[in-house]
Order: sequence, then structure tokens, then C-alpha cells
Amino acid sequence: MKVYVPCDAAARALGADAVAAAVADEGAARGVTLTLIRNGSRGMVWLEPLVEVDTPAGRMAFGPLTPADVPGLFGDPSAHPKALGLTDALPWMVRQTRLTFARVGVIDPLSLDDYAAHGGLTGLRRAMDMTPDAVVQHVTDSGLRGRGGAGFPTGIKWKTVAGAGAAQKYIVCNADEGDSGTFADRMLMEGDPFTLLEGMAIAGHAVGATRGYIYIRSEYPDAIATMTRAAHLWSAARHSPGFGVEIRVGAGAYVCGEETSLLNSLEGKRGVVRAKPPLPALEGFLGRPTVVNNVISLATVPVILARGAAHYRDFGLGRSRGTIPLQIAGNVQFGGLFEAAFGLSLSEIVKDIGGCTATGRPVKAVQVGGPLGAYFPPAKFDTPFGYEEFDKQGGLIGHAGIVVFDDSADMLAQARFAMEFCAIESCGKCTPCRIGAVRGVETIDRIAAGDATAIPLLTDLCETMKDGSLCALGGFTPFPVMSALTHFPDDFARHRKAAE
Amino acid sequence: MPAPLEPHLSDIIAVHLGLEGPLLPILHAVQAEFGFIPPDAHTAIAAALNITRAELHGVVTFYHDFRETPPARHTIRICRAEACQAMGGTALAAQAKTALGVDWHGTTPDGRVTLEPVFCLGLCACGPAAQVNGRLVGRADAAALLAEVAA
Repeated sequence: MKVYVPCDAAARALGADAVAAAVADEGAARGVTLTLIRNGSRGMVWLEPLVEVDTPAGRMAFGPLTPADVPGLFGDPSAHPKALGLTDALPWMVRQTRLTFARVGVIDPLSLDDYAAHGGLTGLRRAMDMTPDAVVQHVTDSGLRGRGGAGFPTGIKWKTVAGAGAAQKYIVCNADEGDSGTFADRMLMEGDPFTLLEGMAIAGHAVGATRGYIYIRSEYPDAIATMTRAAHLWSAARHSPGFGVEIRVGAGAYVCGEETSLLNSLEGKRGVVRAKPPLPALEGFLGRPTVVNNVISLATVPVILARGAAHYRDFGLGRSRGTIPLQIAGNVQFGGLFEAAFGLSLSEIVKDIGGCTATGRPVKAVQVGGPLGAYFPPAKFDTPFGYEEFDKQGGLIGHAGIVVFDDSADMLAQARFAMEFCAIESCGKCTPCRIGAVRGVETIDRIAAGDATAIPLLTDLCETMKDGSLCALGGFTPFPVMSALTHFPDDFARHRKAAE
Repeated sequence: MPAPLEPHLSDIIAVHLGLEGPLLPILHAVQAEFGFIPPDAHTAIAAALNITRAELHGVVTFYHDFRETPPARHTIRICRAEACQAMGGTALAAQAKTALGVDWHGTTPDGRVTLEPVFCLGLCACGPAAQVNGRLVGRADAAALLAEVAA
């Protein structure tokens, strides 16, 4: 009997370890020969811990399970009260286009045999048969853009590094996924870590880099553990003998998700933003040419090489090509990871896929793209999911996290939080960010106290922060603030009325 | 009595000194060994890396993770970020603060619990999220969190 119990951090945070222990105990008590696999998560977080049992018809899903539900798995599985049916036939799975996340939740994350049996290593083999220039061209042709949020074409970045002459170049993976509402990097590293290593090895071949670093935020202990073990296994198997990877751990600074701060942190310095130019592609880690790519960007490279640039490019909308792992979070009935081609509308994502709020109350707003992303009111839910499409609506897709709020949310409080967060996490380099964020909190407090004259001041401050900050922290904090003010003016006037 | 720094500190420095950019790995290892970054360790680390103590102080104090004082017996971290706010994270934090009688970064007078904020644990579809002594908790509730740190 083969049973899958996820080792994903969200599943574990909801009790998966106790369920796995109960499965092992029950199997032993019944004298059943049991293969217990700790897989990644299928992404249906509302059903975690989601246990799967291998049957002749395919893998059957059960969830959310508690240890008390475990004995029933050993009887007639279809009679189990928490039986959901075949995993691959569940609507959540059927509606997705899983390219980057094809193996997540399917395989044993730390089995290289399982990895290879499910299509792993195909992309690397193809890349090694190609010239470095051809690999760069292939990635360029796929239309892949940086999934960390900036949306810069990955192939162009690689071309710059490939063209730079240097004795040592680096591939740095940005796994400092600090945006609230995002967990795709975490899920990928915990569920299919070899894909990331394969993508980095391909990048190394393409640009002539022999060393790589994965900078993982310290808030992800499970991802750190899994990636560390995966890197050892990968190295021992000699799948990319000319390219070595080291895992590094962040130290709780949100701003280190910004690529130049990350490089400073990696060098052992304060995580302060660097001015650009010079571009990290030319003067990055230790002043040497460096590719800095997000986890999802790098982990998508193997499937692009394996299936071809055209296969990937044919999905999507406008200049947003391929698929995007949407992370549906916050106050939502069906939260989790849903990979789909670009182009779904916010309405489809929040209502059809997410099933609206968990509390059953009306949706008031969704914040897209993390703490620096705009709040969208339901009136803008027809916006299709794409880089340019969101930009046109005064927002950004960021790392594709979508946080749903019900009508109990106070948008003035959300705007204040955005400023407070910026003040706490500012690296201190730029005045508009370092001081502006503090003044922003004070100004919103004045509005909350009924002082309407502070509203134009807040707008002006946001303009200054937007134009005068080096990086996205100070530059994009105005997105949540101004969108809250623009789309939910009642929440800013309510306090004034109360004061009068 | 605080734990003696040596020989552990010299070992930690020696193991990491060959890395490119060894400072953060050293600080993480020191904190894992001693529970915080002892001020007495600064001279040896700065000397080994050929940086000034001022530079080292700048790095230690830049990052939220590094502590300069010993932690309490238990640490509760509660997520303050938006996805958890949408699921009652702010109320959860308020309950924990009231029950423990401390604000963020505070330690109960008996040295039992430190309460720390955290901005996102990646558990955004099962909020509010928390972490108790390193263990992640989804759909956290105050009573269960506090029961875990009662002793």
C-alpha cells in the first residue's frame, strides 16, 4: 500500500506530521506493507492535510484529514467520509496548466529517481547538447519574464551576463519570497527542489557561470532543509559537475528580496540597496557578472528546454507569455496554488476558483502582488492577469499573490499598515522611503483623527516616495496606499464624520 | 552563568571562513550555538573577517533575526502581514499581547516567553499563521498558542 502525506510547510502547519505518524502506526498494527511518501502539496491548502492513496485507478485524495480519519483509509477507500475522488480528476487540478509545478505534490521531493521518471533532467540534457548562445536564445524566445515581480525578460538578462567577460560569474537564485500572500517559491522548493537546481545548472551553462547561490529567507525552515538536502544529493549524483550550488539563509529583512540588497547581504553586508547602474548582470556578487533570478523563473527553465520555447510561449496573453502560479490567499474559501496561463480575470480567480471569502461575507478588496501591490475593488475585477494589464490599472502582479479581504476590512488601516511596514523594513538608504514612510503613518493618523487637509499631503508624499526612491520598497508602497484612498474614499471619510 | 564562548566560537569562525561572504553564515551559526550574538564575540569575528567592530555592529543590528540578548525559554512569532490580517491576525496578536502582558519584541518578566512579529511565513492560505519555538502553526488560535508555552 502506497500512501502520500505532504511534507509541505502549510500541510505540516495544519497537522500533516501527526497524520503521517498515524498512517505509519495503523499500517504497522494491521501488518500492511506500507510505503509512506512525504510529497509536496498539490496546492489545495483548504484540504490540507490532503492524503493520497495509490489505487489501481490512480491516486485517490482524502482531506482534510486528522489522525482519527486514518484507520478508514485502510478499509474501503471510496466509503471514507473524507474521500474526494481521484486527485487528477478534481476540478482544481483539471482546470490548471501545470508546467512549472508539474511535479509538485506528485513526486517524492528528494528522490532523484522519481524526478527523472517524471521528466526531470530532460531540459538539462537538451541544454547541454546546445551551445550556450542557443540556450539563451531559447529562453528569450519562450517569452519568460522575471517571476519575482519586475517582469524583466529572463533571456535578455542572461544575454548580458553571457556577454560579460570575467573569470568568475554567478547564478544567484532569489528565494527571499517575502511578499504576503505568496508561497509559490516555498512550495516549489519543498515539493520539487531538483527543478530549481536543474534550472540553475542550465543558466550556468548558458552564461558561463560555475557557481550558484540560493538565498532563502529564514522564515522558510522547511524549504531551507529540503533545498539543502536536495543540493547534496544533486551534487553527489554529479548531474552538473561543472556547476556547484550553495544554500544561504537570510536574516529577516524584507528588503533583501530586492536584488541588490540581496547581493549585499550575500556578501555579508547590511542589506542596503545599491544604485543601478552598474547592473548586477555586469557587477553583481563580489563585483562579478551575476544572474539574479527568482525561484519560479529558474524553475521554469527546465520545462522550456524540455518542451521547447514555442510550447511555453503559446500560453498567455499579450506580452505575458506562458503560465503563472497564482497564489490565492487571505480570506478565501478555496485558497492555494493554481498554475494557469496568463489572462484569467481577477473575477475568475477570486470567485470561480477561490470561491469568494472564507467568512461568507462579501469581497471588499483584493491586494495583488504583495505588500507593495495595489488594492483592487470588485469594480475592477474584469482586469486580466498580465504584467501590462495590471500596470494599466495602477497595479502590479508582483509575485502573483492574491489576498482577499471581506467587507470588515478597514482600508484606511490597510493603507496605514503599508506605510508602517515600509518604515519597519526600509534599508534607510533613500530619504523618501526612510522618512517618508514614518511621515506617511503620521499623516494617515491625522486623516483617521478627522483632518481632511492631510489627504492632499498624503497624495503628495506618495508622489515623492514613488519618484524619489531607489527600489520598489519606497517606490511601490504608494500603490497600496493610493489605491486604498482612491477606491475606498468612504473609509477615509468615515473617520472625519465620526470626529464631527 | 552564560556559556563560555570558546572553543565553540573559534570553531564556528574557522568552519565558515573559506566561504564567499562568510559573515551571515557565521552569525547564524553563533546564534544557533548561543541563542544570541554575544557582544563578547564581536572582537573575534571582526578580527577574523578583517572588518571593523563598527561594521559588524552595523550588520548585526540591520537584520531582524539577530538577537543581542539571550531569548526567553519560548518564542512565539505571529504573522503581521496582510493575508493573515484578512483572517483575524491582528486580533490574534492583540489577544497574545494582552495575555502575556507584553508588546512586540517583549519578554514576560519571568523570562518565559518572547513575542516577536514576523512578516509572512508563507502560510497565507491558512492564516492567521504563527510559529511557536520554531514549529509552524496554521489557522492559529491564541488559546492553543499560549497553552504551548505555559510551562
